Amino acid sequence: MSAFLTLLFRNRLAALGAVVIMAILILVLNIPLLPLHDPDVTATADRFMRPFAEGHLLGTDHLGRDLLSRLLHGTRLSLAVGIAAALIAAAIGSAIGIFAGYFGGRTDNIVMRGVDMLMAFPYILLALAIVAALGPGLMNALIAVAAVNVPFFARNIRGITVGLAGREFVDAARLAGMGHTRIVLTELLPNVLPVIVIAMSTTVGWMILETAGLSFLGLGSQPPQADLGSMLGEARSAMISHPHTSIVPGLMIFLIVVSINLLGDGVRDALDPRLRSGALSRPRATTLVKRHGDVPPTTDDLLAIQDLHTEFHVGKRNLRAVDGVSLAVKPGECLGVIGESGSGKSVTALSVMGLVASPPGVITGGAVRFQGEDLIGAPYESLRQKRGDRVAYIFQDPLSTLHPLYRVGQQLAEAIRSHDSLSKAETRARAIELLNDVRIPNAKSRVDDYPHEMSGGMRQRVGIAMALANEPDVIIADEPTTALDVTVQAQILSLLDDLRRERGLAIIFITHDFGVVAQLCDRVAVMYAGRIVEEGPTQAVLDAPAHPYTKRLIACVPELGGGRRELAAIPGLPPVLDDLPSGCAFAPRCNKAAKSCRQGEIPLQGPALRTVRCLFPERTL
Amino acid sequence: MPALKIEHLAKTYPRKRPLFGAAPPGVRAVRPMSFQVETGETLGVVGESGCGKSTLARMLVGLLEPTEGTIEIEGKALGTADPSEFGKLIQYVFQDPQSSLNPRKTIRQVMEAPLKRLHGMAKPARNRRIAEIFASVKLREEFLDRYPHEFSGGQAQRIGIARALAASPRIIILDEPVSALDVSVQAQVLNLLADLKTRFGLTYLFITHDLAVVEAVSERIVVLYFGAVVEIGRADRIFANPRHPYTGLLAESAPVVGRSLAAPEQKGIELPDPLNPPPGCAFAGRCPRATDLCRTREPELKQMGEDQLAACHYPLEN
Ligand SMILES: Nc1ncnc2c1ncn2[C@@H]1O[C@H](COP(=O)(O)OP(=O)(O)OP(=O)(O)O)[C@@H](O)[C@H]1O
Ligand code: SF4
Ligand code: SF4
Ligand SMILES: [Mg+2]
Repeated sequence: MSAFLTLLFRNRLAALGAVVIMAILILVLNIPLLPLHDPDVTATADRFMRPFAEGHLLGTDHLGRDLLSRLLHGTRLSLAVGIAAALIAAAIGSAIGIFAGYFGGRTDNIVMRGVDMLMAFPYILLALAIVAALGPGLMNALIAVAAVNVPFFARNIRGITVGLAGREFVDAARLAGMGHTRIVLTELLPNVLPVIVIAMSTTVGWMILETAGLSFLGLGSQPPQADLGSMLGEARSAMISHPHTSIVPGLMIFLIVVSINLLGDGVRDALDPRLRSGALSRPRATTLVKRHGDVPPTTDDLLAIQDLHTEFHVGKRNLRAVDGVSLAVKPGECLGVIGESGSGKSVTALSVMGLVASPPGVITGGAVRFQGEDLIGAPYESLRQKRGDRVAYIFQDPLSTLHPLYRVGQQLAEAIRSHDSLSKAETRARAIELLNDVRIPNAKSRVDDYPHEMSGGMRQRVGIAMALANEPDVIIADEPTTALDVTVQAQILSLLDDLRRERGLAIIFITHDFGVVAQLCDRVAVMYAGRIVEEGPTQAVLDAPAHPYTKRLIACVPELGGGRRELAAIPGLPPVLDDLPSGCAFAPRCNKAAKSCRQGEIPLQGPALRTVRCLFPERTL
Repeated sequence: MPALKIEHLAKTYPRKRPLFGAAPPGVRAVRPMSFQVETGETLGVVGESGCGKSTLARMLVGLLEPTEGTIEIEGKALGTADPSEFGKLIQYVFQDPQSSLNPRKTIRQVMEAPLKRLHGMAKPARNRRIAEIFASVKLREEFLDRYPHEFSGGQAQRIGIARALAASPRIIILDEPVSALDVSVQAQVLNLLADLKTRFGLTYLFITHDLAVVEAVSERIVVLYFGAVVEIGRADRIFANPRHPYTGLLAESAPVVGRSLAAPEQKGIELPDPLNPPPGCAFAGRCPRATDLCRTREPELKQMGEDQLAACHYPLEN
């Protein structure tokens, strides 16, 4: 809660809104304590007194009633009605939304059709129609305003609920014997509540305005009772001659609506999980670079990652996700990078083209050279040109490379046309050929699909086709086949293999599957806690691992043809990156760890191209 | 008496009826299939994405109503889909351990639900039982008052297993229980599952697309293709001696250390379209042995050899 408030008040405008609305609330809640006139007592002799008149701080209205008193009473009433309407609309709308979203199917269809019909009416017309049917009066205005806002809540909450109801924990609750009511109340409601709060905080301001509007038209509060809308309405005839009677309630409405909306936007932003971990700023186009130390010299590799350091600065914590990694590939070469989740494989890959999100990511050292040219700190334009074009990515999550609003064929065509000037028909034929290459069934009709019309595995294959369409020199593939079926995986691996033999494509292949590494990669690097702990030709590393971690990781992986058996496991978990032990990061899980392992830096050493970072390696290199 | 017996179990998902005209035929996610699982056995189920693995699993725990067929658990037929009736006999461990835990409930609340709702246990009995289960899945009791986001994938999956155990089921369906986990943690969880099985006399149905994992944990394996069983056989033999060409293709496609990379299939092969299923054998479009007979008549599951069954007109020889 206090974290939420800090985040909320870091937004200056929200803080301002909060102060203003608090001040207004304190005033109207303390009305009984204030020395105010009776708001409804008329004194025709004193009509239209100017502000700051004796005994009437804000003057009087056309019946000589004290404006300050009417303003505070009116504000109280308007706030009460607006908030009540918001609560009612939120309660009914959310109930409808949860009901429709949870039961889905036919129920959902019928309920949401009804809601759509309500939404099709112009907003204020609907409210007028309701009041016309029920008759004027503040209560009826409240009902009307609540009713026209129900669809908004129903739509929003239904959307969220549909997402939640498909989550596995709802199935799990059913299997634990919970009934529908209990699931709705204890599983779904707590998860949608933040959304309801956000929706309410951003709409209550408008609802106050809407009730004021109805009162202004004489359909809400009835004389002599004051609310902000009716005060404005009564002042209308004297607007030119005695402007203060309109300005006073008008200004109050303005203050209330603006401050509530500012606060509401602040609440929405503060509850947004994306902002929780980072600053309130927009992410930069490329990763922030703050290099310390010297930039390593040029090599003759196609792509060389040299002593790369990438950190995440989250609050006071400083995660060293990549801690001095060096890797290189030549044309036609395939390098495998293997390691557990969180070992820094993806961050290494993303750092190459400055794709690590900043904030919180910062590149703090090293270089990445493409054909000798340092990409780190390169201007955005030159990076953007090379992204996709010279160095292409295949991500584990294909949605990050596909635009949701364009057909996959269009997206492929764009990539193809940036290289070859082909006719429209030829481009399309090439797009279909690419889809066929990545084994999309029925490519001819699939080429006109939108990304969301494909299954996850198919989108993944389109992502691969996109990377290939660019005809890049280097492909960085981050677990591209983990989610695919073995038969499709085999096809794609052999496609990549052909490309590197025929076209000299260089591949950096991130995976945790030793079988894939063994079949595709010439060399392999093993990562642990942001560092490379072993590197060498694939065959040598797999046959005779030198680092204890590599050896035990290989033993963990079941191999086809091994029969039924107990599997070797590595006890414990990888270390937390902001609290790395000194010395060897694997020491807490290593059965060979000695005292010397926990002291000082352990270098990556060995003959050329076959290195290990261990004091007591499994074998001498 | 087998722990689980299904007969002619099938599921057809209806399709949207167009504005005019009759509803199109539904998608046959699971075609009528029959098999049984012996008490104490682990039956592996493998197949590609979309072949009906999860539909089958969800029918078995009562989350989905079958279109036809019966489910029998220890000789007792289970009626219509009702997860609270099924829950006491058969439980489910989900693929994504984080998403199977409600982010706003403590682990204790998660663990208490099946004890309270399925077994009507009182508070002290519940606490005793939770302590017992947590000890058996090697989790510390102090975890009970934390929220799911505080756990790593491996720990969250242990919690998922603990919740399944809390219902004291006879059978547990494991739906890709380790594919979201790291290799080093994957082995920990697989070993734990094996240990729990002997300790509590459980029966497992283990669904996965990882051939090496399924071979390491199962006694028998069922291979699914396009919603139908194409082969059943002993785990230690089925991939070495496949009878169905599809099983053979799977075994050849799996990446194995020491085998050179070669795509076992030609490019440009037609995969069957669920909206427009081919007549005859669904694998015919990819099968090098296919003949006109295959393209017209659907092969039935037949006994081949001692304890192997395959659905193929021209099975592979041993
Ligand atoms: N945006 C971020 N903010 C803070 N920390 C991050 C962010 N992205 C990654 N990290 C941290 O950096 C470390 C390395 O992550 P990385 O994604 O490179 O691991 P990985 O080896 O690719 O793992 P996986 O196999 O799960 O993909 C992890 O500890 C991760 O939590
Ligand atoms: S340095 Fe020591 S602790 Fe680290 S892997 Fe080698 S033997 Fe184990
Ligand atoms: S039935 Fe015919 S097409 Fe089908 S798998 Fe057997 S040989 Fe191949
Ligand atoms: Mg990753």
